[in-house]
Amino acid sequence: MWIYEKKLQYPVRVSTCNPTLAKYLIEQYGGADGELAAALRYLNQRYTIPDKVIGLLTDIGTEEFAHLEMIATMVYKLTKDATPEQMKAAGLGDHYANHDGALFYQNAAGVPWTASYIAAKGDPIADLYEDIAAEEKARATYQWLINLSDDPDINDSLRFLREREIIHAQRFREAVEILKEERDRQTIF
Amino acid sequence: MNTHQKTYHPYASPFDPCKPLTEKTYSTPPHLYMGFQPPNLPQFTPAEALRAGTLWKDFYDPYFNSFERAKGGPQT
Repeated sequence: MWIYEKKLQYPVRVSTCNPTLAKYLIEQYGGADGELAAALRYLNQRYTIPDKVIGLLTDIGTEEFAHLEMIATMVYKLTKDATPEQMKAAGLGDHYANHDGALFYQNAAGVPWTASYIAAKGDPIADLYEDIAAEEKARATYQWLINLSDDPDINDSLRFLREREIIHAQRFREAVEILKEERDRQTIF
Repeated sequence: MNTHQKTYHPYASPFDPCKPLTEKTYSTPPHLYMGFQPPNLPQFTPAEALRAGTLWKDFYDPYFNSFERAKGGPQT
């Protein structure tokens, strides 16, 4: 069960009308390394991971939905007042033809989200290594988005999200160490 | 102190069609060097932590694009 707080994890402000940026940001909404894939990956793997780290996957999976909300807010704000002509000029003409201004779970190239983006091998180490890789890929995606964006307010929010990916990667690395169970063992030569 | 960015210099052919980028960079955020987080690391204040995205100063690694860096933003 979840308790919903009707506010974003971090403020999302948009300083310029730039629908093209929304086209790029959608990569983190419905892309392979996006927030939806992350949330569903962890909240599914949590059932078959050793109990010591179930809570970690639940917490991080939940936070990914909070990030998904932030990305959705950015995309919505950037496109909500765009005319069909502006959507076309921003490279969003084909999106408009299918969805009008609605958001959709797809990547920056318009490929719809698919469950094959996520994996659940059932082996705790294999799954956690996948999670670490997913966090590093999401961190890299935020770097490329910051490079593409000239909106200082959006970049401020993207920097926050990138920092969270760093922390998540760190916690998954620590989860691997916990499962290896030799963290406190004395090394004797 | 580890740097949060590394560089390398790819080979540039005299026949490359575009002006070569002689130096390429990539991110190496601090968590890569941390291992299991040690106890008693320095913390941000709660207000700072909410903005930074982490409570722990040692994990803070803000990323800026080249335009922001050119305007005098942090250089990491």
